Amino acid sequence: MSEQNTDQGKRQFLVTATTVAGGVAAGATAVPFVASMLPSERAKAAGAPVEVDLSTLAPGERVTVEWQGKPVWIVRRTKEMLDTIRANDSHVADPKSQKKMQPAYATNEMRAIKEEFLVVVGICTHLGCSPVGKFAKQAEAFDPNWQGGFYCPCHGSLFDLAGRVYKNKPAPDNLVVPPHKYLSDTRIVIGEDTKGA
Amino acid sequence: MVKNMNLKKLIAVILFAPSLVFAAGDHIKLDKAPIDLKDEASLQRGARHFVNYCLNCHNASFMRFNRLRDIGLTDQQIIDNLVFTGVKVGDLMKVAMDPKDSKAWFGAAPPELSLIARSRASEAGSGADWLYSYLRSFYRDAERPTGWNNTVFPNVGMPHVLWELQGEQVMAERKVQGPGFEKTEQVLKLDKPGKMSPVEYDQMVADLVNYLVFMAEPARSSRTTIGIFVLFALSLLFILAYALKKEYWKDVH
Amino acid sequence: MASAPKEPVQFSGAGPLNAPISGVLTWVDQRFPLMSLWRDHLSQYYAPKNFNFWYFFGSLAMLVLVIQIVTGIFLVMHYKPSAAEAFASVEYIMRDVPAGWFIRYMHSTGASAFFIVIYLHMFRGLMYGSYRQPRELIWIFGMLIYLCLMAEAFFGYLLPWGQMSFWGAQVIINLFDALPLIGPDLSTWIRGDFVISDATLNRFFAFHVIAIPLVLLGLVAAHIMALHEVGSNNPDGVEIKQHKDAKGIPLDGIPFHPYYTVKDIVGVVVFLFLFFGVVFFMPEMGGYFLEFNNFIPADALKTPPHIAPVWYFTPYYSILRAITEDFMLVLAIGVAAYSLLIWLTARNQLVKMAALAIGFVVIVLMKGGPLAIEAKVWGVAMMGAATLIFFLLPWLDRSPVKSIRYKGPRFKAALTIFVIVFLVLGYYGTQTVTPAGTVISQIGTLIYFSFFLLMPWYSAMDKTKPVPDRVTM
Repeated sequence: MSEQNTDQGKRQFLVTATTVAGGVAAGATAVPFVASMLPSERAKAAGAPVEVDLSTLAPGERVTVEWQGKPVWIVRRTKEMLDTIRANDSHVADPKSQKKMQPAYATNEMRAIKEEFLVVVGICTHLGCSPVGKFAKQAEAFDPNWQGGFYCPCHGSLFDLAGRVYKNKPAPDNLVVPPHKYLSDTRIVIGEDTKGA
Repeated sequence: MVKNMNLKKLIAVILFAPSLVFAAGDHIKLDKAPIDLKDEASLQRGARHFVNYCLNCHNASFMRFNRLRDIGLTDQQIIDNLVFTGVKVGDLMKVAMDPKDSKAWFGAAPPELSLIARSRASEAGSGADWLYSYLRSFYRDAERPTGWNNTVFPNVGMPHVLWELQGEQVMAERKVQGPGFEKTEQVLKLDKPGKMSPVEYDQMVADLVNYLVFMAEPARSSRTTIGIFVLFALSLLFILAYALKKEYWKDVH
Repeated sequence: MASAPKEPVQFSGAGPLNAPISGVLTWVDQRFPLMSLWRDHLSQYYAPKNFNFWYFFGSLAMLVLVIQIVTGIFLVMHYKPSAAEAFASVEYIMRDVPAGWFIRYMHSTGASAFFIVIYLHMFRGLMYGSYRQPRELIWIFGMLIYLCLMAEAFFGYLLPWGQMSFWGAQVIINLFDALPLIGPDLSTWIRGDFVISDATLNRFFAFHVIAIPLVLLGLVAAHIMALHEVGSNNPDGVEIKQHKDAKGIPLDGIPFHPYYTVKDIVGVVVFLFLFFGVVFFMPEMGGYFLEFNNFIPADALKTPPHIAPVWYFTPYYSILRAITEDFMLVLAIGVAAYSLLIWLTARNQLVKMAALAIGFVVIVLMKGGPLAIEAKVWGVAMMGAATLIFFLLPWLDRSPVKSIRYKGPRFKAALTIFVIVFLVLGYYGTQTVTPAGTVISQIGTLIYFSFFLLMPWYSAMDKTKPVPDRVTM
């Protein structure tokens, strides 16, 4: 093993080139393995958009539908509820929903395409519990001045009837509005919006 | 070396003698299926035939409708043309028929078809060849409960679903003459023509079989496409690795 | 591991990063024998410089093991080990899981590739006498790996829950039925049911994904530790440690790293080219790697017309099928002749008497009227013996030389015939039974065992060539 005649430059170049090429190959091989852990076609099919008929939903009532395995709440808000929301702007952290995660049509005070219907994913933005609906305006243990909304039993986050989070609560963001669109006045599809069609 | 040659001949004889015997055996000769998995129009016609004629009784319960995107259809086209009412585009291809009913009617539950083009392969030919021959080999047989029999699948439970298209074949005798021998052979003959000419019918079956082959392994076309790329990349890597090895092994004397 | 004095870590190039890296390495090395492991097994493990083509298969076996473990882990993320869901979950992997088909084909192709690589690796050992003293334990660990691999393949083959999975397992488990007294209870115990069922699938899954792989990894470690203890053999069968330079480095040795790492990388790339050629272009391999009947879900009421094990088991399967009632007489005569041979050639009186006595007992058990055990049992016994007899090789080979390069014509002919017979038996194992096939399998069985059992005589009688002092390139 005489080291005298070896061209160290060439050797170093070949080592680097083979290492880089082998590294790229190994990286490329990892892609299908990582990809295999993404949602499968079955999961995607189960999470397909859901159609809901709103004509049977009475004012002031809520219906829960499952989309991608998550609860989606649809609340038909009464005029009184809408007024309460308007009066509530000073108590909530992000009244106009200008922070992340909101589709364009939720970036308003009512957080809805149509004021009458609130459509939100019923999962607290803090750590993923599902808040409880407390629609009545009455004194509650967690807020003597309660105006009606949602209360998260896990860590006490509060949301109003537009899904907006109250100030100084653990949850950082308003409830998420899922992509949705109206097929007619009373039919709504959740999981798909107009730009995605 | 001479010894070695003889040995090789001996191995060849031992290894291949039996296959000659098998070739002369009574395997049914299958026709080569004229299919092309790159022909999207044929696959789309085949998908429609499959939904119209097969999916009434047979399940393809591993196949999702929206996988038909791979043969050039959009979700909307799939919903409009192929999916039954009330079925979602991401659903599996399942039939409404109760398996118990079908078992009572045909004597056996109709086989699941997702993988039929793979499971029907044998030494006699590919699964596609078998299906292509089978679907063209029904003939009238009064002794069978369905009134139909098949030369590729004798005493099959399934009736000839496509008879209106193909017409009715019967078993006929034909004299064959060759150098030094004469024998009668059983052959199929078209007795009453159907709505399609034999050429049209064969083309239709070919489209259907083409689709069945696609459905048996939807990943097949991406597999070969990626494969070429992978082998090319490995060839490049070989050049580098070989140069590296040569470089280092200059040291070894 | 000898506790060598810790040397400071050396790097060839001087770059800005080297100082911190070597600092970290030194810190680790004072707490863990990282550099000494590296030295002992790679940079200062001296391998003979004359390795040829046949020496690629050890590292390739390691590569395939890694492929199987990694792809296996990802398959387990989606597979369901239950009779109701197993078949569908495999198709789910093939269709619905992103790139699932790629991972599954790698695993199914890897199973066959493992056996191809291992058979070639074993053939290398046979050619160059790698099992000979002082490497008997390497060979024994290797054979245990081979047995584990067969168990791993057998358990794994049930998991897709297709027709071949089901009926293959049915046939093999029923072999145990043949054993006298405990047979039927034993096979019921293995199945955990009266037929192959959900319970069987679940326990096979446990063996396939946990138990056997753990044992396999331990054995691979033992195989390599034993190898690095005594050093590698080579195509000349020369012990390179007999000629060392002043520093104690074998004159014919070169450090494994970098010389054999760069060489093995070439082998790995060529292997992967072939491997991915199969994965992407012919994953079924004409029905040999993925059998056509296995695309039909398991059906306990319907046996497929043609049952055969996967190709890597077929030589042994042929031997199993070759043992018919008629053939027992031939076997008994064979045993008689063999005991006589030992009696005539052995020098030790005790050996002579033992040979006759054992021979007599075996013959009685084979053809002794009411005392005879049925042929089915002997079939199972012979099949087992055919795999286990490899263990004895280190003591059967009496040639004064190791490598086939210096062995005489008798050994060369015997090895050639053995390989041909192994392939012929393998071929007939894939075929349906024919009278001609059975006779050829029976002749093959006799030759198979003769290769091993007569080796003490023909290897000792052979005219060997003088072995060189140093390796040849």
